[in-house]
Amino acid sequence: MAAIALNELAKTFPNGHVAIRHLDLRIDDGEFLVLVGPSGCGKSTLLRLIAGLETPTAGRIVIGDVDVTAHSPQRRDLAMVFQSYALYPHMSVRDNLGYGLKVRRTDRAVAAQLVADVAAALDIQALLDRRPAQLSGGQRQRVALGRAIVRQPKAFLLDEPLSNLDPALRAQARAELRRLHRTLGTTVVYVTHDQEEAMTLGGRVAVMRDGAIEQVAPPLDVYARPVNMFVAKFIGAPSMNFVPATLVGIEAPSGALAGIRPHDVTLGAAGQMHATVELVEPRGHDSLLHLRLDSPGAESVLAVIAGAAPPAGAHVFLTLPADRRHLFDGRTGARIA
Amino acid sequence: MGAGARTLAHRSPIVSIRKVALAMAGALLLAALLFPICWMLAASLMPESRLFESRPLLPTAVTFEHYRALFDERDFLVPIRNSLLVSGLTTLVAVPVAALCAYALARLRMRGKGLVLACVLAISMFPQISIVPPLYLILRELRLLNTYPGLVLPYLTFSMPLGVWLLTGFFRQLPKDLEEAAMLDGATRMRALRDVVLPLAAPGIASTAILTFLYCWNEFLFALSFTLGPDRYTVPVAITLFRGRYQVPWGQVLAATVVATIPVALLVLACQRRIVAGLTVGATKG
Repeated sequence: MAAIALNELAKTFPNGHVAIRHLDLRIDDGEFLVLVGPSGCGKSTLLRLIAGLETPTAGRIVIGDVDVTAHSPQRRDLAMVFQSYALYPHMSVRDNLGYGLKVRRTDRAVAAQLVADVAAALDIQALLDRRPAQLSGGQRQRVALGRAIVRQPKAFLLDEPLSNLDPALRAQARAELRRLHRTLGTTVVYVTHDQEEAMTLGGRVAVMRDGAIEQVAPPLDVYARPVNMFVAKFIGAPSMNFVPATLVGIEAPSGALAGIRPHDVTLGAAGQMHATVELVEPRGHDSLLHLRLDSPGAESVLAVIAGAAPPAGAHVFLTLPADRRHLFDGRTGARIA
Repeated sequence: MGAGARTLAHRSPIVSIRKVALAMAGALLLAALLFPICWMLAASLMPESRLFESRPLLPTAVTFEHYRALFDERDFLVPIRNSLLVSGLTTLVAVPVAALCAYALARLRMRGKGLVLACVLAISMFPQISIVPPLYLILRELRLLNTYPGLVLPYLTFSMPLGVWLLTGFFRQLPKDLEEAAMLDGATRMRALRDVVLPLAAPGIASTAILTFLYCWNEFLFALSFTLGPDRYTVPVAITLFRGRYQVPWGQVLAATVVATIPVALLVLACQRRIVAGLTVGATKG
């Protein structure tokens, strides 16, 4: 187990693409850190840099007390779960789990015991003699996870490990991952583009854009106080509404935008703004309303309403509660209040 | 159910016609491929006098005279031994070295990779006859004329580029994740190559080995130019030199061809299982 520190880390690919721009990040020992961002934001490259599969153009990577920047992947003692799982197709599940131990010359009896323990913990004992091709997606994911755990590495790197699973299985695997992290207590760096996964899994969430980290904080802090419009939009589903601050009657510099989450919009017989319901999407426990403001500028706003929703075409008043409002600079996107 | 049955009933004549047509096309192709081999086999078993009388699709009188003459009078085992040695050695050297080159070209990031591959291809495009004189001079200087290394070394000039090209394409198709997983598991790149890449590339390596062996087995020009006597002749050279001043012993030529086909057929049969097994290895993605 170890902390991971990235100092001034940068990566530019030979074709000139800048993947990571001078990035600083400290991941504490035993922490579950989620790197989240849209595709192409550099989160997978960052993970591969930590793993040693890419060499940085500048900066340092320190794992524990050791500067591993120049170390090859095999000397870093990390384990990675790939999006494709990358199970060795010509080996049985048992050999897949035990390969890392074999390479590290672990005593055979000890290795067999470790493999058996991990198989028991992940409930894959019955699969040990099968080949990866004979497993379902969920089973492969467990084997990939088992292969990472069995070696007891300094940290786990997980690259969208749940993205190939169907939604029901994904929720289950997510819960299991959390439980696993609680029992093992090993540092985890987890990459995903799914903000929901980031919210539910992470001890801290690092939101990335264009090779830089926009905000690092516990998920609820990121949700409650996003530092800029990008983070505000990316975290939380459906994503945050933005309307000109003047429309809501806030005194703010010109061009300022008020942000409000769809769940925080309240409808009523009277309110700050008048709007027309354009579309209603019933979601069971609540409904997602697409509203068009009647005020000049004709902004559209999303609202999530529990209980009975007004029909499409209805005229409603809406209020954006002051304590739930976020204020951003319309030009830079930075948070004002 | 009813609708499905109707559709099936409606479609089945077309399906069966297609099936029959496909089977017939397959049979025709097979017949075209097997015809020369059958002819060769049948003719090699017929007495010399009957060879030009009838069409020897089925031998009218069977004789093993040609085969006897081949081994008793001509000592055909010597060229077979030579060919096996030269082709086998070339394959044993070319395939491992080509595999390493190809892996580097397929995976490692380096400058001028495209140029290297283009050069490899360009070298294999040289007309063989144009490099016979320089090679001859080099081999003479090295005192390698009429020796096994004197054939293996020139054979490497065409078998290596072939191997590098085939295997580069093959390695590129393998998912990179697997090697990276192995390296994170603690393996060095060479260990990952040995434990993960090579087993998965077995079908490609087997095909490359077969092709290399076949090229060397059939090679004629270098073998003719760089051997000086019957003790080092390879099979194609030996068969060509069967012809006397006034006659060609066709029966023996055909018998020799049959004998020369056997090792190649055995090799392909031996590797075939490996190739098929390799192709059915499970996919990596879920």
